Amino acid sequence: MFEKILIANRGEIACRVIRTARRMGIRTVAVYSTADKDALHVLQADEAVCIGPPPSTESYLAIDRLLDACRQTGAQAVHPGYGFLSENAVFAQRLEEAGLVFIGPNVHAITSMGDKLTSKRLARQAGVSTVPGHADVIRDADHAVRIAREIGYPVMLKASAGGGGKGMRIARDDDQCRDGFQRASNEARASFSDERVFIEKYIDEPRHIEIQVLADSQGNTLHLGERECSLQRRHQKVIEEAPSVFLDPDTRARMGEQAVALARAVQYRSAGTVEFIVDPRRNFYFLEMNTRLQVEHPVTELVTGLDLVEWMIRIAAGERLPLEQHEVPRHGWAIEARVYAEDPFRGFLPSIGRLVRYLPPTESPGVRVDTGIYEGGEVSMYYDPMIAKLITSGADREEAIQRMRAALNEFTIRGVSHNISFLAALVEHPRFREGRLSTNLIAEEYPQGFHAADVVHDEPALLIATAAAIHRRYRERAARISGQLPGYERTVDDHWVVMWNGQHHPVVVVPVEGGQDVHYNGAAYRVLSDWQFGQPIFRGTINGQDVCMQVERRNMVYRLFHWGSQVDVKVLSARAAELISRMPLKPPPDMSRFLLSPMPGLLTQVKVQPGDEVQAGQHLVVVEAMKMENVLAAERDGTVSKVLAAVGDTLAVDQPILEFS
Amino acid sequence: MQDIVRQLTEKRAAAELGGGPQRIAAQHAKGKLTARERIELLLDPGTFEEWDMFVEHRCVDFGMDRQSIPGDGVVTGYGTINGRVMFVFSQDFTVLGGSLSEAHAEKICKIMDHAMKVGAPVIGLNDSGGARIQEGVASLAGYAEVFQRNVLASGVVPQISLIMGPCAGGAVYSPAMTDFIFMVKDSSYMFVTGPDVVKTVTHETVTAEELGGAVTHATRSGVADRAFEDDGEALLMLRRFINYLPANNREPPPYRPTPDPASRCEPSLDTLVPDSPTKPYDIKELILKIVDDTDFFELQPEHARNIVVGFARMEGHPVGVVANQPMVLAGCLDIKSSIKAARFVRFCDCFNIPIITLVDVPGFLPGTAQEYGGIIKHGAKLLYAYAEATVPKITLITRKAYGGAYDVMASKHLRGDVNLAWPSAEIAVMGPKGAVEIIFRKELGDEAKIAELTEEYRHKFANPFIAGRRGFIDDVITPRDTRQRVCRSLAMLRTKKLENPWRKHGNIPL
Repeated sequence: MFEKILIANRGEIACRVIRTARRMGIRTVAVYSTADKDALHVLQADEAVCIGPPPSTESYLAIDRLLDACRQTGAQAVHPGYGFLSENAVFAQRLEEAGLVFIGPNVHAITSMGDKLTSKRLARQAGVSTVPGHADVIRDADHAVRIAREIGYPVMLKASAGGGGKGMRIARDDDQCRDGFQRASNEARASFSDERVFIEKYIDEPRHIEIQVLADSQGNTLHLGERECSLQRRHQKVIEEAPSVFLDPDTRARMGEQAVALARAVQYRSAGTVEFIVDPRRNFYFLEMNTRLQVEHPVTELVTGLDLVEWMIRIAAGERLPLEQHEVPRHGWAIEARVYAEDPFRGFLPSIGRLVRYLPPTESPGVRVDTGIYEGGEVSMYYDPMIAKLITSGADREEAIQRMRAALNEFTIRGVSHNISFLAALVEHPRFREGRLSTNLIAEEYPQGFHAADVVHDEPALLIATAAAIHRRYRERAARISGQLPGYERTVDDHWVVMWNGQHHPVVVVPVEGGQDVHYNGAAYRVLSDWQFGQPIFRGTINGQDVCMQVERRNMVYRLFHWGSQVDVKVLSARAAELISRMPLKPPPDMSRFLLSPMPGLLTQVKVQPGDEVQAGQHLVVVEAMKMENVLAAERDGTVSKVLAAVGDTLAVDQPILEFS
Repeated sequence: MQDIVRQLTEKRAAAELGGGPQRIAAQHAKGKLTARERIELLLDPGTFEEWDMFVEHRCVDFGMDRQSIPGDGVVTGYGTINGRVMFVFSQDFTVLGGSLSEAHAEKICKIMDHAMKVGAPVIGLNDSGGARIQEGVASLAGYAEVFQRNVLASGVVPQISLIMGPCAGGAVYSPAMTDFIFMVKDSSYMFVTGPDVVKTVTHETVTAEELGGAVTHATRSGVADRAFEDDGEALLMLRRFINYLPANNREPPPYRPTPDPASRCEPSLDTLVPDSPTKPYDIKELILKIVDDTDFFELQPEHARNIVVGFARMEGHPVGVVANQPMVLAGCLDIKSSIKAARFVRFCDCFNIPIITLVDVPGFLPGTAQEYGGIIKHGAKLLYAYAEATVPKITLITRKAYGGAYDVMASKHLRGDVNLAWPSAEIAVMGPKGAVEIIFRKELGDEAKIAELTEEYRHKFANPFIAGRRGFIDDVITPRDTRQRVCRSLAMLRTKKLENPWRKHGNIPL
């Protein structure tokens, strides 16, 4: 076994590999760019080597520097993680030449699977089901129809040079096929000056299901079952699970056999993943093979009990797999949610900055957090915005989902935007609950993007009871202030009104041992918690059920976060609620007259002055964010009345920059 | 006797109606509560003792003898906020527009006199159209009587004004002399001359809201210490605010128990100061992470944002926090921020509230606007305020403390009691680059040489240890332990006794 390995990666995966290596008694070397000098993987590794400046090309992708780092530290093998150099044959080759071990597959497997055409050809040869299609150029409309009939409708006509949806047509019958061929070739000619078009089977409601394979150098090749990764946003996986609700044992077995066949065909060694696209009738077609550890590998680990990183290391060290296919364990269910630094409410705009608060859920059997950052750390603009992976498991899917919901409640991140609400909404979504997935789900269910209204809290009484209990605690404390008039000390009332969205919810709150009894709407809620003032997480029980909410007090408002919903409530005395409800509601300020900063950044240019008439599209100001210049243009014609920020100002999200008259 | 009691009840009911149901409805329609409703929200339920309910004006001119309403447009008395005694006046806009008559002023003066006698804060809820014109000079005299009392009470009992309606002309000067002014957005305004006069004199067209609304005063002028969304929020936040203030200048500020341990460690503070000396960070994160329960009551949050001031508690005892904000103007001191902080420091000193100063200041803001505006005298206000203050003063330098601004920000030389620094502190006459360019003027053409010398200077001087060697810094601390160190220092200083030499009063550069 190796004594020391180097991890040619950063972030959560570097930490993940270090965790296993440490358990195996192997010393670890981290590498880092100058942007990562205080990163978690650097702190966790036994040694760390700086390999260059922040841009990946000069650090995490710089093969020479990584080889130097190996030499310098005496590392015997390199784990590449995922991304960066993990599927880079040159890197594997160079390591081999330097007498170092690449913890991954052989160069041949990387090369052949890295090429789309070769991999498809090899797959077909190995008897793997591939998407039926006609790889050659279509001559004319009749030719198109003939091939389409052979493949079976629906089909997709694609421009050879295509991309970005241009020159793509779906056809469900002969007429559509003829028409589609014309249009596709016209578009292709116009867009790419290349009218060549080919045809492929079109998969309606496709699901993305992949098979994990594991092979040793002695030729023992196993598959470890599937992962369903259908929940994707713009080809970016968001939630993955194992097993898939969709596969029957027969399909699973056939997919597994084919994946193993393909792996054998390239003398695969180490962990790899064969990705399939699956149609609603459980026909599956090979997509590609990833010759590395996948981001979502933990779900397989949790249902098989195997540590994939450990086996990659053991296999690289020449060890044999000690089990046969029929011995591969499979129990329970696991789900992974990817926590990204992005703002789901603003078109998933990536977010960077300092993690002012970072409290991931507590790990326990059934809850695993693979994280690469810590409170006070930085989400940098240079790398992937994934903050962590939250993986939950259980005896069945329902238990895994419930654990996921509970863990998402706890996940506290402040300082950068994050997608926790979105993840919570997804795991609550009826289609997810029922397992009716497809890679189009997110686009179909959130066609206008994701909005706060997309997460509806179905047990508001929990929020009301918690807010009431917290308020009572604050009031009791306020009543303990010194300097009170003797004999006339403050007492705390039991009657309060929780105001939520203009609605009044009268409650009676009575202290009990360890908490409060909240009477609301004819029911009683016993809220017990050891929460203390100012703590961001309220953990406790309500009528014996575990509850975990995030709490923030802002002026008179309690902001609660639970099950993906963020709600603002006020708790007032009955009299105050009555008086305040006599006031007319203030309309929210009309912000359409303002140019607001869409992101936090630095105001670098103001191109207009008060009094200037501007036309729609005219450039108004430049905001620098993430080292990118963002030009903000006028949305419609108007006159600038005020400039509200100055060049050099640091802008917050939604901060007004200009006012129009 | 029964009859007389019944008559009293009727008389009270009549007085409590103020200007009558119609005017009350109009008040509500404007998003404003009535004078008595406001008092109800401000004080602990059932604790308000109203005085002078039956006072009426004595004016007989212009038909005023036919328009007399008991109470004369202001509700006065005392009650408690969390059991602590407060004197309150609340002007009633439904009665003759809340205008100030001689009798109205007498009512206010009466409760101010009582507040001084017993040593309790005065809270004014202002909602008045101005002077009772029908009364002429008697009304003006009334204002002046109030002004005089504001001044005598200043520094003796806390005085707080909440502007909840119009407040124009001479009327603004009473709130102006109180310690804090809070305003309500959209329904309050303050100005010396209104939009009409402005239009006539300077030809400027401006709305009342733009000229003197809550947002204007909370951002541009700095007249208002906070602007609140509505009457309810303003009154309830005022209740919260008063918890930081002592009853008078002879009392310690009120203690309130906290479960937050003094020993709480915040590892993330170790990475708060960025590696790059020019990169900003939010000083409020530091404040929130070291004070009790992450609870900080900021004042003037939108005005002169390059300095942050406000109240918090440490181990249950109130403290005033003053902090340079690197996010705005790199944390430079300028005219507005100097004035803002100076007044806050002086308030804390008046009322026995220890001051925590968090320093990251590259210097005073340069430029003609600043010099012509008199930064010399305005900057001196902050220097004066710190030098004069005898309350416990704890200073923590997080990063830059350059030049004169270092001296100003509660340095050891201005009787700072405990002066701490983080290892990232740079205490020097100026930044390394500027220093090198002056010392090595001859090398200016040679960029490599300058860079090398700058690095050398940074290494030698841009650290807290030079100051530490002279004792100007008592200790260099690990950022994560800040709360613990500050709490302990405050506990040690609780018995601090320090007096300035006798004098009539100092002569702060106004």
